[in-house]
Amino acid sequence: MAEVSTKGIGKVIFSSSLGTLIEWYDFYIFGMLAKTISAQFFPEGNDSAALLSTLAIFAAGFLVRPFGALVFGRLGDMIGRKYTFLLTLVLMGGATFLIGLVPSYRSIGITAPLLVLLLRLVQGLALGGEYGGAATYVAEHAPAHRRGYFTAWIQTTATLGLFVALGVIMLVKNNMTDAAFNAEWGGWRYPFWISILLVGVSIYIRLKMNESPVFAKLKAEKKTSTNPLKESFGRKENFKIVLLALFGAVMGQGVIWYTGQFYAQSFLENTVKIEFIQNREILLWAIGLATPFFLFFGWLSDKIGRKWIMLIGMLLGVIFYRPIFGELLKSADAKEWMKDKSNLKEELVKHSILKVDTINRDSNIIFASHNKKIFEYNSTIKFSQIQVDTIFQGSDGFSSLLKKDTKPTYSDIILSTPLKIKFIFLIWIMIIFVTMVYGPVAAFLVELFPTKIRYTSMSLPYHIGNGVFGGLVPFIATLLSATFTGDPLVGLWYPIGVAALCFIIGALYLSNKKGEDVSD
Amino acid sequence: MGFVWMIIAPVIIFLLISGAINNIGHGTKDINKPIPWIIIISIFTPIAAGLMVFGYYAVKGEYDKI
Repeated sequence: MAEVSTKGIGKVIFSSSLGTLIEWYDFYIFGMLAKTISAQFFPEGNDSAALLSTLAIFAAGFLVRPFGALVFGRLGDMIGRKYTFLLTLVLMGGATFLIGLVPSYRSIGITAPLLVLLLRLVQGLALGGEYGGAATYVAEHAPAHRRGYFTAWIQTTATLGLFVALGVIMLVKNNMTDAAFNAEWGGWRYPFWISILLVGVSIYIRLKMNESPVFAKLKAEKKTSTNPLKESFGRKENFKIVLLALFGAVMGQGVIWYTGQFYAQSFLENTVKIEFIQNREILLWAIGLATPFFLFFGWLSDKIGRKWIMLIGMLLGVIFYRPIFGELLKSADAKEWMKDKSNLKEELVKHSILKVDTINRDSNIIFASHNKKIFEYNSTIKFSQIQVDTIFQGSDGFSSLLKKDTKPTYSDIILSTPLKIKFIFLIWIMIIFVTMVYGPVAAFLVELFPTKIRYTSMSLPYHIGNGVFGGLVPFIATLLSATFTGDPLVGLWYPIGVAALCFIIGALYLSNKKGEDVSD
Repeated sequence: MGFVWMIIAPVIIFLLISGAINNIGHGTKDINKPIPWIIIISIFTPIAAGLMVFGYYAVKGEYDKI
């Protein structure tokens, strides 16, 4: 096996990781600003716009990402890693910037959602091609005994991209009013415009880099593949490894990755009802404190092998997801706080009628009054109560309470500092599971496939595992919650089931590789 | 175990199709719209076929030598 020099590896890692981080940032901001984007481009009540919105959400992640893996994987195995992942960066940056420039539905009608859908699909396509290129590029520069550690830098980018996206959005949002942020040409567009600067810097850095030495040698010897798709998926010897990578590793990795970072955030916001900014603060702290562990587990995989670190990460998710999510729900139970009257204080000033829905109107009027009260518990926790009372108003103008809402809802919970630290810790634990399965996975995938079809062969299972299996977590969770209404944690059975299946397949069939020769 | 993987594949597709039939048109969430189901079933059909092939390879002992 040829000895690989580590000279300049820092530059290789930096140039690859920065670009990949920016691609993740670009992909995430669309999802994080979904509500505003929806209001601007996909207005309610318009069937065509609603259809385009659904397509933008589902087609970009589920269909176009794996397709991008095939298109750019093929290019990367034929032309080279460097120019292919430069192209994905240009496409992603360009599409993101242009989304920020599309006028709203109110200005240009149906053209607006059509353009946004098209640009979102380009984003999905570019993301499908980026990761395989960056992981392969770094791995082919890295010495065998440190490949796990060096490629783990690429693995930090998906999480750091989320961190940067959260940070930029919070920064912009905190510096303007909601109205200014959500206006047609308001602050929500800034994160899209910022992308072009980041992408420009990254392209400049990447242009200065050389092609991967392993691929350059193969090309000089004219041994590159002429049909990477056929060689990857048409030949049994390679196709069986693609299937093993998907069902024995990345399928479980995808659901653990998605549940720990994205589902946790949406669970805190929609089920536990933590206030918007504090929810993001919790996630930012947890991500920031957990990110070094990607590098740790990458490094550890160079010492003890990749297999068991990844599989134990999945097993921990299988065992602990329900207890952790259950604890999050139990720890911020406003109904329990309401029972403890001695420690409860109502902020009378904030008591307000949010809106009034007329239910029936003839000579008498029956309407629903949405009342908001703000409470303080133990002088440290704040939360809102929304009560929808039914009011009768007679033709004489006098009104009386017809039906009092006995099941009010609670939201905008602001936790006390100790409780916030507890939440950060619980989310941090789940992101540690992510670092275990995700940290070593690039080195693991790279080592499974030969150089001439590596980009294609590793990209497709990665994006099916991550994009399809991971991306389905919220959809299946909603499906399960709608079917089995009694259990608020029922949605977790999907990631638990997939991770358990993947654990069994991986434990049975994967070998515990490390430091394999990737120059073949 | 290979047979188990081969059986799981059609079960997944059956569950997805029955999920689609039971939910489309019964509300306003994503699970009640046809497009997500069409996309998900189209992408999962080849994945499930892959799981069957994986099971077949496992039965044939293809993964014993790895």
